[in-house]
Amino acid sequence: MSTPYAKLPAWADYGLIPVINLFVAFVVAGFVVLLVGENPFRAAVILVEGAFGRGTGIAFTLFYATTFIFSGLSVAVAAHCGLFNIGGEGQGYIAGLGIGVVCLAFDSVLPWWLTFPLAIIASAAMGALWALIPAYLQAKRGSHIVITTIMFNFIAASVMVYALVGFLKPASSMAPQTRTFLDGAQLPKLNWVIELFGAKIRSAPLNISFLLALVMAYLVWLLIWRTRLGYEMRTYGHSSKAARYAGISEIRIVIIAMMISGALAGMMALNPTMGDQHNVALDFVSGAGFVGIAVALMGRLHPVGIVLAAILFGMLYQGGAELAFEMPAISRDMIVIIQGLVILFAGALEHMFRPYIQALFASISPKAVGIEAVKGKGA
Amino acid sequence: MDIFTAIVQILDSTIRLSVPLLLACLAGLYSERAGVFDIGLEGKMLVGAFAGAAAASVFHSAFLGLGMAILISVVFALIHGFASITHRGNQIVSGVAINFIAAGSTIMLGQHWFQQGGRTPALAPGERFEAITWPGVDAVRDVPIIGPIYSELISGHSILVYIAFLMVPFTWWVLFRTRFGLRLRAVGENPAAVDTAGISVAWLRYRALICTGILTGVAGAYLSMVQNGGFVKDMTAGKGYIALAALIFAKWKPVNAMFACLLFGFLDALSIRLQGTPLPLIGKVPVQFMQALPYVLTVILLAGFIGKAIPPRAGGVPYVKER
Repeated sequence: MSTPYAKLPAWADYGLIPVINLFVAFVVAGFVVLLVGENPFRAAVILVEGAFGRGTGIAFTLFYATTFIFSGLSVAVAAHCGLFNIGGEGQGYIAGLGIGVVCLAFDSVLPWWLTFPLAIIASAAMGALWALIPAYLQAKRGSHIVITTIMFNFIAASVMVYALVGFLKPASSMAPQTRTFLDGAQLPKLNWVIELFGAKIRSAPLNISFLLALVMAYLVWLLIWRTRLGYEMRTYGHSSKAARYAGISEIRIVIIAMMISGALAGMMALNPTMGDQHNVALDFVSGAGFVGIAVALMGRLHPVGIVLAAILFGMLYQGGAELAFEMPAISRDMIVIIQGLVILFAGALEHMFRPYIQALFASISPKAVGIEAVKGKGA
Repeated sequence: MDIFTAIVQILDSTIRLSVPLLLACLAGLYSERAGVFDIGLEGKMLVGAFAGAAAASVFHSAFLGLGMAILISVVFALIHGFASITHRGNQIVSGVAINFIAAGSTIMLGQHWFQQGGRTPALAPGERFEAITWPGVDAVRDVPIIGPIYSELISGHSILVYIAFLMVPFTWWVLFRTRFGLRLRAVGENPAAVDTAGISVAWLRYRALICTGILTGVAGAYLSMVQNGGFVKDMTAGKGYIALAALIFAKWKPVNAMFACLLFGFLDALSIRLQGTPLPLIGKVPVQFMQALPYVLTVILLAGFIGKAIPPRAGGVPYVKER
């Protein structure tokens, strides 16, 4: 298939276009704020102040961002291999089962720094397992990965209800959640890092899994751009035919990519369970898997972009909570609308402004968009 | 209790539960047959349900409610079209976006307009679609076998139920017996050929999406104006995705779609009915297992173990004219 759009300079492609798309999404969101009778500019100020104005706000923003880094990386790894993993929600949810079992078994015997690696392995393994079946079906039997991963989201939800009600909750309790984890399965807080800079923090759940998320972002970068496996994944993502011609095993690469993606999605369960609530409860993922799609799209599938986009969405979550508190007409559902708009403008409509920007660049400097290359000198 | 009465009651709730699935499934049929994947069925149903209930309670008219449900749902379908047809965006991403926007905006606007925590006011009798009693119900009610079937199963549903089931042969007729249907199917298989024949691919796909919007609007209206006397937040609760599963299960064919939706509706009805009661031979079946069954069945089907589901060939691929 022909490429419908010519090239732009890298800074415009990775910087300018996402910023313009984001701006348009926020303008439309501003109209929604206007529709419910509030001042969008004041709303924006409250949002940003709530997220970054005080130490507690920053800690909460980074806490939310932690989960989104994992889910964004998960979507990105699959996307580099040309696969759309929409099942991060289910993979993260089912990982709660692994975490629950590990924590309930070891929290009274082991210190946190031994439980944590075990829980990481358990969550990654459960997430990878939940991605394995759709991956296998895609690679081997050609069933569409989007549909199977959606189906697996729902199956995960049923399995988790069954597990929580059936054997994870204490027999004496009615609530479908595990008992509170003991000290051995509670992750240490990271709030002191922010306090180093002089800010005061009243109990925020920012914890050590934030560092794990950053490590994972680095490892994903290493994997995608510095290893043979990553090269094979990108090749397959660009053209499955070329990959096959180059002798890359289709089944192997799809399954490996999806399992890595699933493992990353699974790890996002660590933050809300061991880091914040100290239990595994019903529906603890609460949409973070889907936010990962927006984060990955905003971050242009690059780990650095994903970390920045995750912080942006963390800001929306934290600032949105403040906004709902300050402006009664605006509920937390405003965040859901903004997310939707960001996905729409940064994802589905990402090419909307491109022709105009291209025309603009071409009028300023034809060389920048590669028009000169045709004359025979080469780019 | 009489086992026959129990069966009739389960079948009756099967019909009630499968109607929204059927409408959404047929809606998906139009767009996917035209080569546009639509995982935004869920969101379009949701805005339809909200717009329908809101308009019905403000204007005190069920039919105005239905009209508004269809209108708003079509608008969302056109947004999907704008992103995925005109701007050749990723259709899955666009569908996800629509689901998000629908989930957020229905609660926000509902709270702003009605101040009831995202609900719309409970609909009064004239504002919702009433059950239609067929002639002669009282006369045959006491006849064994036929009586209960006629009076419980066939009679006593709202107009939308009958419309949903009439849409099945109608959709079949449109897709397989009209010129529009032929072109619609062609554009889902080989858009380049349709383009060569001088027919606009984009306009055809837009028209398919309008059909989708109309049907999801009716499905939403059914949820909020028949099944439930008002809008409740997130009331679609994954029905759009089950409809999508049913569509694949039906291998993108209208009559199969009806049976798939009846099957999934039956599973739902059964799981409500069986809650906590042990079955002979198997013992107590967990509710969650019954709830997961439609999805498991679809995955098994997709794996090619129950026949093979072959999607329209151009599905999910934006059409780029060579230049």
